[in-house]
Amino acid sequence: MENKLKENTVETNLTKKLINEFQAYQSKLNGDASGSLNHLRTDAMSVFEKLGFPVKKMEEWKYTNLSPVMNHDFEFSSDLSVSGITRADINKYIFSDGNVNRLVFINGIYSRELSSVISNNEKIFIGSISDSMKNYKEIFEKHYSKYADYKNRSLAALNTAFSPEGAFIYLKKNTELDTPVHILNISDSKIKSVFSQPRNLIVIEEGSKIYIAEDYYSAGDNFCFTNMVTEIFCGKNSHTEHYKIQNEDERSFHVGMTQIHQEQDSHYSNTTISWGGSIIRNDLNSVFDGTNTESHFFGLYLLSGKQHVDNHTLADHKMPNCYSNELYKGIIGDNATGVFNGKIMVREDAQKTNAYQSNGNILLSDDATIYSKPQLEIFADDVKCSHGATSGQLNQDEMFYIKSRGIGDKDAKSLLLKAFASDVIDSIKIDEFKNIIEEKMDLKLKNLLK
Amino acid sequence: MKTMLTIKNLKAKIETSEGDKQILKGINLTVNPGETHAIMGPNGSGKSTLASVLTGREGYDVTEGEVIYDGKDLLELDPEERAREGIFLAFQYPIEIPGVSNVNFLKTAINEIRKSKGQEPMSSVEFLKMMKEKAKLVNIDPEMLSRYVNVGFSGGEKKRNEIFQLAMLEPKLSILDETDSGLDIDALKIVAGGVNKLKSKNNAFIVITHYQRLLNYIVPDFVHVMYDGKIVRSGGKELALELEENGYDFINELKVNAEV
Ligand SMILES: Nc1ncnc2c1ncn2[C@@H]1O[C@H](COP(=O)(O)OP(=O)(O)OP(=O)(O)O)[C@@H](O)[C@H]1O
Ligand SMILES: [Mg+2]
Repeated sequence: MENKLKENTVETNLTKKLINEFQAYQSKLNGDASGSLNHLRTDAMSVFEKLGFPVKKMEEWKYTNLSPVMNHDFEFSSDLSVSGITRADINKYIFSDGNVNRLVFINGIYSRELSSVISNNEKIFIGSISDSMKNYKEIFEKHYSKYADYKNRSLAALNTAFSPEGAFIYLKKNTELDTPVHILNISDSKIKSVFSQPRNLIVIEEGSKIYIAEDYYSAGDNFCFTNMVTEIFCGKNSHTEHYKIQNEDERSFHVGMTQIHQEQDSHYSNTTISWGGSIIRNDLNSVFDGTNTESHFFGLYLLSGKQHVDNHTLADHKMPNCYSNELYKGIIGDNATGVFNGKIMVREDAQKTNAYQSNGNILLSDDATIYSKPQLEIFADDVKCSHGATSGQLNQDEMFYIKSRGIGDKDAKSLLLKAFASDVIDSIKIDEFKNIIEEKMDLKLKNLLK
Repeated sequence: MKTMLTIKNLKAKIETSEGDKQILKGINLTVNPGETHAIMGPNGSGKSTLASVLTGREGYDVTEGEVIYDGKDLLELDPEERAREGIFLAFQYPIEIPGVSNVNFLKTAINEIRKSKGQEPMSSVEFLKMMKEKAKLVNIDPEMLSRYVNVGFSGGEKKRNEIFQLAMLEPKLSILDETDSGLDIDALKIVAGGVNKLKSKNNAFIVITHYQRLLNYIVPDFVHVMYDGKIVRSGGKELALELEENGYDFINELKVNAEV
């Protein structure tokens, strides 16, 4: 039995290091951690030890190879509580001076000095998980690790073993928060390669509304590996707009799981944009646990060089009368690779489901690759589902028309690519944030079309 | 007077799945500033192909001959360079570009052309002012300009939008490929009126059309008849009237003579 398990496990130096690190972490937490959390961590670690890092022979990881990540000697973020990142440094990462709640995490660790929260009151809490313990321990315990299943997911298990360190956002019943929340994550590898594991818990109670912009940057010349998990509870008739933007540099690896739990009549919209990083794997899963919920997944991956971005999504329709719509777009140049795997699950009880999905790709070079795989699993009979995937080059008639008006090759391409991506970009409802995204897209296109 | 365009013995073919197909079989044409040339001729005779070759569309292989524009070898230039040098094609079938607004499209075009001449970009105020003026010239609803390029435009609106773009870019040599087809009588008058206002002694027009009607409004200095990749007859504006009356019968005679 032992041996059999070992066969499926890839023993890497990183795995061993993590196991040792876990022991050190446990003893450091000794005393200040509650019993149930300790139990959770130990259980999660045993899952990780059993499963190890995902490998390509697993169906879900067929196209994404994490082995290049294993070669680096990462320092664990718990050892790097001091970072040289200053307020001046983060200016280039922020999108609003005033009207925003900003939570800053350096290597997954909360920076109170760099954060600024303006909306907190008796109905709103925006802060770190550790700061939430004083007044919101009950809410935390009610929701934490209830949605992101780690039993079959080794990376989520690993995150759970080392957590919780991350953002905690809580909106009490009937609270509409128009001031957006910015969760800014920076991996600082100036001194050493870093391994960070942010863990966020967001609880939006009945009738409440929130805008969340979560983005990732890297600083420094060494490597970084982020393994994040975000859990979001969308209460009855709540409204959540959530954006995740990956801006890391080419020495960064990012794996992440965003797990959404939706109650009746709730509305959740996610936009995931990936244009930075070397190897990225995003899992976005929404479980519809109430009737009449609505969910939108927008995605854009804009890739150059040897970038590899893998988006796995799941819309899990458990209840009747729910709506999900997914639109992912890819622009892939050079030798880059995109993977899209979108699964729509319609369970037996989920009659009157409306579920749509589409994935469009533009390949800018002969060496660019896309693996697009829609998956429909339908067990109810009265449903409307559709999916479609396309991939191709830029339209030559459109290119000629644009050039015939005096616009050069690069600008013509840029115009068409921006047009192609526009419905994803337009899904971002925080104007100041969207402006920054548009600037970044210009910059990325300039590099890609050089 | 300096010649604007000289086409000498131009031959071009395209590659098709059934092999190469020779379409232009030796075109000769000279256009001077201030002139308007009409090109007529039956379907499939090569009129649009000539326009495509002059504007640098891909897929055509020039096998012989030369085109000198403003003293330069035109065929050496990329399509965008030709546009910056002042060549404009009003497309027979204008292309729809979803996601790109007319405003953004034209602003980018104008500023690229200006950049190529070492000029500063046009200010937004100046641009908007110009847009309003030119929209009036072709009677285009300014609301349409905030929409995506040609998307959801009717056939006639697309044609009018071509002439609007022409007015905005102020080219030296404009090629109008069947701009009149799809236009109603009123629109035809408006578009022709716009073109006439844009005419000057420094620019020139090549007007491809099947109908004499357009030439009542845009009066040509020369009329050429194209048949099977060649210009088989040239004359003054009265040639168009003659064609209107007798059609292309004379071509059959030419063919008979050629076979003899
Ligand atoms: N891409 C192509 N593939 C195959 N044949 C082509 C292609 N482009 C042009 N042709 C052929 O070349 C010939 C000339 O076409 P062109 O469009 O230039 O004619 P035209 O004179 O503009 O006709 P019309 O009056 O109908 O617009 C036609 O026989 C046409 O079928
Ligand atoms: Mg034609």
